[in-house]
Amino acid sequence: MTVTQTTDRFGKYGGRYVPETLIPALDELEAAFESAMRDDSFTAELDHLLKTYVGRPSPLSDAPRLSAKVGALVYLKREDLNHTGAHKINNTVGQALLARRMGKRRIIAETGAGQHGVATATICARFGLQCIVYMGEEDMRRQQLNVVRMKLMGAEVVPVTSGTRTLKDATSEAIRDWVTTVNDSHYIIGSVVGPAPYPRMVREFQATIGREAREQMLERAGRLPKTVVACVGGGSNAMGIFHAFVPDAEVELVGVEAAGEGVDTERHSASLTRGKPGVLHGALSYLLQDEQGQVHPAHSISAGLDYPGVGPEHSYLKDSGRAEYVSVTDDAALDGFQALARLEGIIPALETSHAVAWITASSGRWKADEPVLLCVSGRGDKDVAHVIEHLANRR
Amino acid sequence: MGSASATTSPDQLSQRFETLRAKGRRALVPYVTAGHPDIERSLDLVQGLADVGADAIEVGVPFSDPMADGPVIQGSSQRALGHGMNLERTLELIARAKSPIPVVLFSYLNPLLAAGRDVLVRARDAGVAGVLVTDLPVGADPDLESWFGEGPLAFVRLVAPTTPASRMREIAKHGRGFVYLISRLGVTGVQQSLPPELGDTMRRLRAVTTLPVCVGFGISQPDQARTVAEMADGVVVGSAIVRAAEESVESALSLARAMRSAIDAG
Repeated sequence: MTVTQTTDRFGKYGGRYVPETLIPALDELEAAFESAMRDDSFTAELDHLLKTYVGRPSPLSDAPRLSAKVGALVYLKREDLNHTGAHKINNTVGQALLARRMGKRRIIAETGAGQHGVATATICARFGLQCIVYMGEEDMRRQQLNVVRMKLMGAEVVPVTSGTRTLKDATSEAIRDWVTTVNDSHYIIGSVVGPAPYPRMVREFQATIGREAREQMLERAGRLPKTVVACVGGGSNAMGIFHAFVPDAEVELVGVEAAGEGVDTERHSASLTRGKPGVLHGALSYLLQDEQGQVHPAHSISAGLDYPGVGPEHSYLKDSGRAEYVSVTDDAALDGFQALARLEGIIPALETSHAVAWITASSGRWKADEPVLLCVSGRGDKDVAHVIEHLANRR
Repeated sequence: MGSASATTSPDQLSQRFETLRAKGRRALVPYVTAGHPDIERSLDLVQGLADVGADAIEVGVPFSDPMADGPVIQGSSQRALGHGMNLERTLELIARAKSPIPVVLFSYLNPLLAAGRDVLVRARDAGVAGVLVTDLPVGADPDLESWFGEGPLAFVRLVAPTTPASRMREIAKHGRGFVYLISRLGVTGVQQSLPPELGDTMRRLRAVTTLPVCVGFGISQPDQARTVAEMADGVVVGSAIVRAAEESVESALSLARAMRSAIDAG
């Protein structure tokens, strides 16, 4: 199949469904992004920071014991080894450079698990930019370590107490800030969501994951992977690793959503699996909603996947059949978390654990010599206390 | 109704503003969140506001994720949703109110999308004159915009202080009923003062449109309403009315009365 897309849409998805006040700022951002990406000095500075500050390229690890368990050759793309411990920093470095280029010295961000907030606080410290992070009160409880990290680096963390007190409400609050401060602030969205140009821009900054992984696979396995697997909340690590493989029709792309307590219950975050197209936070995409168009609260054990929407490009890849979207429950994710820790000595983020769990549950899908590429989107240190609590409750 | 004259016959809102203009009267346009503080009291409000001098009324459809609203309207929306309010019931409420003044439905896009393509006709049948969509700016989605623009309701468009002249012209071309000018950067909410650049934005907007202009966002006190009425055709009062309604329907009505007197004194 051919993938065609207009600038601000992925098929019918995406767009700019925002208050009028933001339109000129989005125009300005889009123009700045386009010109920056054509400017060799910008891309050179970005590459330099990715190499010397973030630690790219991230390694591709073999996973011999996981491979034996699954019955495939599993390779791990180690975004957990980036500075700050997740893929999020690839995007924040790019957007902070862009903000500086636009002369905006106040940065706003939303965060769920806290990884994007930490990655934003980090680059703001590095560049001496003011940083305000909106975080749901419920998530601040679940991810205390990241709250402390952000504050250590000089960010102001604003608790969000509206709605479900999670990522969706933090995003709304960040947008409210931006509508008020748009002339001197830049909003660094943490995923491939939001109004155009964000989904495409964040994907471009994350696409380095897939470009590196594709090259590393060819070098190490001598072939492209049979399947590329990544977890999907908003979907930035997934778009980042998928993008380079989209033209390789023989490579399967699998996005793993959070099934929470089960997709047939009211408590899950599986927007692509169970949602319907709708508009939230500026884009048309699959959305968990009721028949009256009210957004249905999401649930996941993982704060980073606890979001009722999803990046519009994923909706496009789903409808076009280019990618497959599956889901994994909280319980299975806890098993995935422990499996990667015990089998490979890598403690993954709870978000990543969903993708691990899907692979382990899918043994038999591959031949023993077929390579499977898994994006380890982040490390799990932030989740350890939360996981211990859940495992204790389970016993 | 003769359909042959559809393009020339002004809609209910335009007619209203024409009448007001002839009388030299500036419009008071209060906002009510449907279902807040509860369903019956919001009905009392919609009915009562016409009697205390409102010229049109905005009825807000509560939405779970109101990203353009400040704490007051967010809170009222959550409370209304808690009472089971939604778009369908908002239309029922409007039908029951039988308002003698034009009703403008104020909504985020998603509830309207979910309601299906016949929703605009159903809204008209319920007595709605115009529709205002917070998150559908000009040019965002031409297909949807023509659906709204060619439907039975006056499609009211918004202008922001950040809107450049070229966009203002586009908005003026596509808007019907009136143009809603957002007075300031930011979300809805009560503010102590008017933004200094308002007069300038108003002048830029007047230069490109003959549509009536109503100004909203942050107008909470009668003296602010008077100042705005000196330059605009209408004054929208949202959060201040909603906040007063928290106390009682009567406080909201007496605030509207005070706003009316201030506007007329100008």
